[in-house]
Amino acid sequence: MNPSDMKNKVAIVGVGESDIGKVPNMTGLGLNAQAAKRALDDAGLKPGDVDGLLTAYSMTEPYFMLGSVLCEYLGMTPRLNASMVVGGATPGVMLKSAAQAIASGQADTILVTAGENRATGVSRDQAVQNLTAVGHPYFEHPYGPTIPSFYAMIAARHMHEYGTTREQMAAVAVNARNHALLHPNAHMKTAITVEDVLTSKSISDPLNMLDCCLISDAGGAFVVTSAERARDLAADPAYLLGIGEYHTHEHLTCAPSLTHFGAEQSGGTAFQMAGLGPADIDVAELYDCFSIVPIIELEEMGLCEPGAGGTYFEAGHAAVGGGHVPINTHGGMMSHAHAGAAGGLFAIVEAVRQLRGVCGQRQVTNAEVALVHVEGGIMSSHCTAILANQPG
Amino acid sequence: MTIELPVPSANADSQPYWAAAREDRLVLQKCSDCGAYRFYPRYLCPDCWSENADWVDVSGRGTVHSFTIVARAPLPAFREKVPYVVAIIDLAEGPRMITNIVGDDALGVAIGDPVAVTFETRADGFKLPQFQRALETAQ
Repeated sequence: MNPSDMKNKVAIVGVGESDIGKVPNMTGLGLNAQAAKRALDDAGLKPGDVDGLLTAYSMTEPYFMLGSVLCEYLGMTPRLNASMVVGGATPGVMLKSAAQAIASGQADTILVTAGENRATGVSRDQAVQNLTAVGHPYFEHPYGPTIPSFYAMIAARHMHEYGTTREQMAAVAVNARNHALLHPNAHMKTAITVEDVLTSKSISDPLNMLDCCLISDAGGAFVVTSAERARDLAADPAYLLGIGEYHTHEHLTCAPSLTHFGAEQSGGTAFQMAGLGPADIDVAELYDCFSIVPIIELEEMGLCEPGAGGTYFEAGHAAVGGGHVPINTHGGMMSHAHAGAAGGLFAIVEAVRQLRGVCGQRQVTNAEVALVHVEGGIMSSHCTAILANQPG
Repeated sequence: MTIELPVPSANADSQPYWAAAREDRLVLQKCSDCGAYRFYPRYLCPDCWSENADWVDVSGRGTVHSFTIVARAPLPAFREKVPYVVAIIDLAEGPRMITNIVGDDALGVAIGDPVAVTFETRADGFKLPQFQRALETAQ
């Protein structure tokens, strides 16, 4: 099967978000289940209509076979199931796997979920410690790095090579927050300014607290089926036009560069499959674990020139109604929610909603083509998807 | 009570690296076929997949490629060290590695600074390669 054989063959027909924020009365599995139920309701489907389930991983509830556990929890006996681990890129890779399975007839309708109770399921210190698992146990951990410190070194290098400023990175956080204030289910509910970001507590220079993503309780889900089946369902389908992934390293010392990553290749593959280019994109949801990341992804997607990502945000181009391609219209992981692989999954949920035109005050006018980019590790694994409200 | 800083375990890939560090030597694997140096240690050359390599002493000199000053520590043992510098350095021989920048002038570090290896003793006589700025002490 050629990648282009998948183009227009599948669609996302249902999306769901669990309750988000601090949700101490729910487990991680419960959050997945709530999001799954809402996604099926959105699609007008019943559990018996689903014959495949893909999920990611959980640091708060680290079952060895999380996919099998979740099927059991939901009372499902699908003919396709896996738990996938590509860090933050997992939701994109799950979408690609679901599309491949449906396009090749191995499943008809696949439920994709992710979610963890990271805010209340473990202590904040434990959550930070769990995440150190991303670093190398012998050649990195002895030096006391954190995930923010790895991204801080990427930010420092971008500042060195391109003159990107802390104010520009702060503008990424403010843009996310402004959009989150227009989203009824976002974790964060209060406005912030560039000054607030610049004066928030230092985490790992040049990144402050408000340059970092949230730690949320949250689950997300979407339903993928064939384009043919999608036409008969309740909600407007979002068709998959292009999707690509690329992997260059896991540990940052082995990255080919600290300013150029695999997003360029994953994006190139997705654009080629879709037969589209950056000028065709109406809205983009870019993985934003730290404020430097959307700046780099914007550049790698070709939505601005190399080195111009910071200026794009500072000038307000990323805002809904800003006259350019709006970025992270739901508030992203910095202000809507971040809980493991669910963080990037919400970017897919938001893209689908934008394409349906149901986003109220944060709706992008005439949103017909949406780009989603997710990455995992330390800019290690990348996946880009292009969705549209009509076949391409 | 002081909590001890983490000490890596040597394994089949890395044993010569940590054994050399105990003797204040920085060593890297060098591919016997294509000549590429590599870090971290591994069974085969990631450039040409040759299984033949020599452990060679390297200069211990490098340049700061990027760095950060950590204010929030990942583990209790590092809390009393904040603020401290974590850096990625380009070794003179090519590979990159993570290190702390140590020494009295560490917090003044800048991208492009030359650095030189030193060795930090941890529990059980274990030694960890570390780097310090070498602006005025070039040998």
